[in-house]
Amino acid sequence: MRRILKYVIIDIVKNKIVVFYTILIALFAWSAFGLEDNASKGLLTLLNIILFVVPLFSVLFSTIYIYNSSEFVELLLSQPIKRNKIWNSLFAGLSVSLSVSFLIGAGIPLLIYAEPRKALMMIVVGIFITLIFISLAFFSSILSRDKARGIGYSILMWLYFALLFDGLVLFLMFQLSDYPIEKMMVMISALSPIDLSRILMLLELDVSAMLGYTGAIFKQFFGTSLGLVLTFFLLLLWIVVPYVISLRKFRIKDL
Amino acid sequence: MIEVKSLSKRFGKFLVLNELNLHLRSGECIALIGPNGCGKTTLIKSILGMVVPTGGDILFQKKSILKDIEYRKKIGYMPQIGRYPENMTIGQIFDMVKSIRNVDYQLDEDLYLQFEIEKILHKPMNTLSGGTTQKVSAALAFLFNPEVLILDEPTAGLDPLSSEILKDKVLKEKAKGKLILITSHLLSELDDMVSEIIFMQEGEILFHQEVGVLTKETGMDRISKAIVHILKKR
Repeated sequence: MRRILKYVIIDIVKNKIVVFYTILIALFAWSAFGLEDNASKGLLTLLNIILFVVPLFSVLFSTIYIYNSSEFVELLLSQPIKRNKIWNSLFAGLSVSLSVSFLIGAGIPLLIYAEPRKALMMIVVGIFITLIFISLAFFSSILSRDKARGIGYSILMWLYFALLFDGLVLFLMFQLSDYPIEKMMVMISALSPIDLSRILMLLELDVSAMLGYTGAIFKQFFGTSLGLVLTFFLLLLWIVVPYVISLRKFRIKDL
Repeated sequence: MIEVKSLSKRFGKFLVLNELNLHLRSGECIALIGPNGCGKTTLIKSILGMVVPTGGDILFQKKSILKDIEYRKKIGYMPQIGRYPENMTIGQIFDMVKSIRNVDYQLDEDLYLQFEIEKILHKPMNTLSGGTTQKVSAALAFLFNPEVLILDEPTAGLDPLSSEILKDKVLKEKAKGKLILITSHLLSELDDMVSEIIFMQEGEILFHQEVGVLTKETGMDRISKAIVHILKKR
């Protein structure tokens, strides 16, 4: 596993796009803190950028990378290596390189400008989001042999989680505003990893008052340590479930 | 050495392999022939574990391969169309495969040297011609001195000289008592190499016969003629 992982990481780093991604995130982070005079405001700006850019890059880059490594996978398969190991190495390679990119790009300015607790939370959330969308990339690329279709699934998933889901939630809230739906909103937010992360960070930043009454319910639920643990557990599920499904399909895939 | 037991493979609606039974012994050089799309490559890929069979089993030295991967240490595989990571150089491919296999015995570098691969180690895989890729595949297949060699259309893209080098190597390995499985459409090439013939058609085995018996029964001196004779008779 370690030997294959080494080759995967070397291959990803040699592909300069990851370096470009690191620089891009660093630019966003430094300018978010540089332009706002208040570190909290800077953090909020950065949160919104991260929740938009990191999922998009992670899911697209990983999907294309998985399709492009089909030759690599084929070569390894004729060697005495378990299929699990090949798939795990690809996942680990992508996870390590994209997480390190995020750490270097956003981690350094965060630790310099923001309060340590908030900075740490943001870094953890960023890495979770990275891993979740890599996992979703594995899921969409095992669904189809056709590269264009696989990338299409990935883009649709990103569109859904980053844009459509919020729209749907707003629509629901608007339509059902006469009913006490606040508790339901807590449940629904668990259906999108991006929203979960956003709520988590907003509560951490103490700006939940902006969310009105729903915010108070969120605070009541997610603000407790049990809520925090539960949130991270849900985020973890978002990593594990799509990946495990893809692994099971890969084990019986014909090459 | 390798036993195939009522092996079936279905791709969607298409039944590619239909209840195949085979027994491949070591020391034989076996030609697997048949029209395009008769399931030769699927059979080979099933033996290699790259295709997961729908039904049946394959035994390698009496052990099922469906749950095991160690047997692949004993197989050298040369694909019909070698697909390699495009941005790696030949040298990196060799280094990677060697480091993954991590064997402590003497490597068999005959083909590596005869094909003069050390001269092109720096070339990226995506710049290679089909023939050069075939040479890389062949050198990799023989490198770890495997007990079983599976060659899928080995000479299809090779120039005559390299083709001869490869054939000599096959004969040399056969003499060492290895099992060699070759698919080919060039029947004339097989004459001096193979000892058994398996003829497949539409996912089934039409016959599995020793070359000596085959030529005697048909009264023909060449494999190609003998096969044409049999096919005409049916």
